[in-house]
Amino acid sequence: MATAVDNIVSDKLFEWLLRRGDSALILGHRVSEWCGHSPVLEEDIALANVALDLIGQARLWLTYAGEIEGKGRGENELAFLRDAWDFHNFLLVEQPNGDFGKTLMRQFLYDAYQVLLLEALENSSDQRVAEIAAKAGKEAAYHLDRSADLVIRLGDGTSESHRRMQTALETLWIYTGELFSGDEVDEVVSDAGIAPMPETLQSSWRQIVDEVLTRATLEVPDTTFSHTGGVTGRHSEHLGHLLAEMQFLQRAYPGATW
Amino acid sequence: MKKEWPLWEVFIRGQHGLNHRHVGSLHAPDAEMAIKNARDVYTRRKEGISIWVIPSAQITASDPGAKDALFEPSVDKIYRHPSFYDIPDEVGKM
Repeated sequence: MATAVDNIVSDKLFEWLLRRGDSALILGHRVSEWCGHSPVLEEDIALANVALDLIGQARLWLTYAGEIEGKGRGENELAFLRDAWDFHNFLLVEQPNGDFGKTLMRQFLYDAYQVLLLEALENSSDQRVAEIAAKAGKEAAYHLDRSADLVIRLGDGTSESHRRMQTALETLWIYTGELFSGDEVDEVVSDAGIAPMPETLQSSWRQIVDEVLTRATLEVPDTTFSHTGGVTGRHSEHLGHLLAEMQFLQRAYPGATW
Repeated sequence: MKKEWPLWEVFIRGQHGLNHRHVGSLHAPDAEMAIKNARDVYTRRKEGISIWVIPSAQITASDPGAKDALFEPSVDKIYRHPSFYDIPDEVGKM
């Protein structure tokens, strides 16, 4: 009996780890698309740093996911040899970069969530999860500090920057509900003491977001509608295009190394 | 109106260094952003544990053209170097 229960937990833990790893990987790739295209040199380097942090976090989550799965897949197989429907990232992180403001708004909404989640995970019953969270938490804290600051500056900036930030907020808001809608995967993982239910993070998240958006003179859209499905593999049309670029090399030249 | 952000000089104290050292410069709209940018541009490889930024415009520099008048006269004043003293061994390295 114990093994059957263990199997259920490890199945769900595998999927839960993919959600963490895939969200970090896809956002990291998105942010890396700015490399060489940012408005100023300093932002270019800062964004590349954020992208590298996220890809580093993805490696830790996916490596552990591969070990839990126990079928010999490592971080590389999981990152480069799965198709869109096998990715479990949030819809929010696969949304296209848009302008600089939209990229920063997406980053801010995700960073605020990340900081809270990683903080909670430091007390995880799973030691590996707690270790990854402790390392990633420091990076996330800086990411949030930076993205919140820039959201405030641009929101409370010129009429043009304000308009762009408000548009970005309205475009992205409907993808934030997914961060806090738990399902059976979360229930099993939460029952095992590995992670909190996503719902428990929502009010703290909303507090951070409201405070920053108020200072940014931006208005939260008046809607409770939210797209969901990313974490179970139902994605927007954007993920396939992203993967085509990200996975091209391993698909065209299987096993290539350098 | 000038569109470019002002220039800042960046000083970083290394892991074991005692003094902040000038490492370069960058553009930023204000001091707070200059610190953030400096963190991202100049401490990516564990270079430091403390950052100072100073608006480049606040630095007054000596005139390169006056180099000879300023610095030549000290060249032949070797007696200004404390190299004519016998230092007792007990003192150790100075």
